[in-house]
Amino acid sequence: MSPTSVSSVAAAVRSGATTATALLDEHLARIAGRESEIHAFNLVTTETARAQAAAVDAAVARGDDPGPLAGVTVALKDNMCTRGIPTTCSSRILDGWTPPYDATVVERLRAAGAVMVGKTNLDEFAMGSSTENSAFGVTRNPHDTARVAGGSSGGSAASVAAGFSQVALGSDTGGSIRQPAALCGVVGVKPTYGYVSRFGLVAYASSLDQIGPFATSVEDAARVLDVIGGHDPNDSTSIPQQYPSLVESLGRDVAGLRIGRITDLPGGAEPDVLERLEAAFDALRAAGATIVDVEVPALTYGLSAYYVIAPAEASSNLARFDGVRYGLRVDASDTNSMYGATRAAGFGDEVKRRIMLGTYALSAGYYDAYYGKALKVRRLIHDDFERAYQRADVLLTPTSPCVAFPVGAKGDNPLAMYLVDVYTIGTNLAGHPGMSVPYGTGADGLPVGVQVLAGTLQEPTMFRVGAALERSMS
Amino acid sequence: MTDRITEQQAAKVAHLARLDITPDELERWTPQLEGVLEHFADIDALDLSGVEPMTQPYPLVNVLRDDVVRPGLDRAEVLAAAPAAEDGRFRVPPILGGDM
Repeated sequence: MSPTSVSSVAAAVRSGATTATALLDEHLARIAGRESEIHAFNLVTTETARAQAAAVDAAVARGDDPGPLAGVTVALKDNMCTRGIPTTCSSRILDGWTPPYDATVVERLRAAGAVMVGKTNLDEFAMGSSTENSAFGVTRNPHDTARVAGGSSGGSAASVAAGFSQVALGSDTGGSIRQPAALCGVVGVKPTYGYVSRFGLVAYASSLDQIGPFATSVEDAARVLDVIGGHDPNDSTSIPQQYPSLVESLGRDVAGLRIGRITDLPGGAEPDVLERLEAAFDALRAAGATIVDVEVPALTYGLSAYYVIAPAEASSNLARFDGVRYGLRVDASDTNSMYGATRAAGFGDEVKRRIMLGTYALSAGYYDAYYGKALKVRRLIHDDFERAYQRADVLLTPTSPCVAFPVGAKGDNPLAMYLVDVYTIGTNLAGHPGMSVPYGTGADGLPVGVQVLAGTLQEPTMFRVGAALERSMS
Repeated sequence: MTDRITEQQAAKVAHLARLDITPDELERWTPQLEGVLEHFADIDALDLSGVEPMTQPYPLVNVLRDDVVRPGLDRAEVLAAAPAAEDGRFRVPPILGGDM
């Protein structure tokens, strides 16, 4: 039996009890077995992975330390730049483009001895909640392949849930790590804005985007975040300070912690999901925590604010895809016609809708009515959360209002899809951290996630509570 | 505040965003855009006077570094990933003419 946790894998590889190559082969075999029905990956990077695994094994043979993630297989959402390896954002517009540099997280994972097995599918440019809006097809849920994996980091969540990789990285702009983690029954973490460098992450909404890990345990997620977190001079929004080790926060119990229940939480969650949330409150109470009622009244306006702010930032960020520097170009007689034709051919429907929404919200005559107001509502949400965190150390909510829904269920109805993000979006607007912890099953035996939210840089407390929830399930 | 968005407005927005759009797309997306904007009507009921807009979550000021020469991206590698290049530059169609 091969080791399963990140720490046991790294220890076994470092001691020579197993090799990174042997571990990689196990994961490649699982990919060969089920990838055709799941479609977690846009690209399985077999050769690169073999080279990285061989380098780790060579380091061990030399007596060098290959790092804290030695031999740990990792899948990367395909919106993180990998030098010489195609990075598509699941969009036709990046056809044929290979980045000339690595994202900071990619460099840090490699330096820690991790082995990258592939680039995972996502909703195009991370715009979506189901990984159905991909130019390369739908990612399916390993628990039931008739259902979605969630999104936008659905490929990364599915990869970990299916055992294709031990851990994965995703990006979370409005819930895109936490929601697919919940739907696929794995741990997913969106750190504080600025905790992890965004250098090399293709931007969707720059003031909301944050990279974070997927794993099968809270401890594994902590080990990955301890490696990828920390200041990066290449990202001017990266927080210039050292963080305490999250792994070390896990051992502390939750006795005396104040767990907040949001009494005015927006409605819409299914009864099976709410039942698991209540079970989570009960478990933490039994572990010695106190449950306190808090209000976050502005949270109910989160969706409205988000679906102006995120498209507005996206319409600006995605202006760079114009057929000049990357990927696709549709030739035309002049540049303006080339831009319009290239972008029409290269972007999918949801991306076009959001670019148009954002352009509208930023255009003369509408800026104050939409974008200006949305920024003020963002402040209200942030301040309401801050007040709640004066009374509670963490807040507990559902991650997603429902379990994984059938592929195609939300059809061509953007608003129905956006409502799936109702419990995750506020955190991104506030800039706070949040994590989804698998907490049993709901309808049809499908996984349910409970979300732990905390204030700025309160990751140690959030992980402590996440670990306590996990222990209560074992 | 949430005026009805017309197909003409949607077409103008698509042009501003440099997105060629078909009549069929215009017909489908105009009501969808309107649906999202209608959702925004709940915010119109709020009194937001005196609220400071929040543009980013973490209170950072401009980040400056010393003005020293550092290696940048490899030019050949960058140009190799572009649709068209010539003489060490990105090549584009004529910028004059056509619909400005």
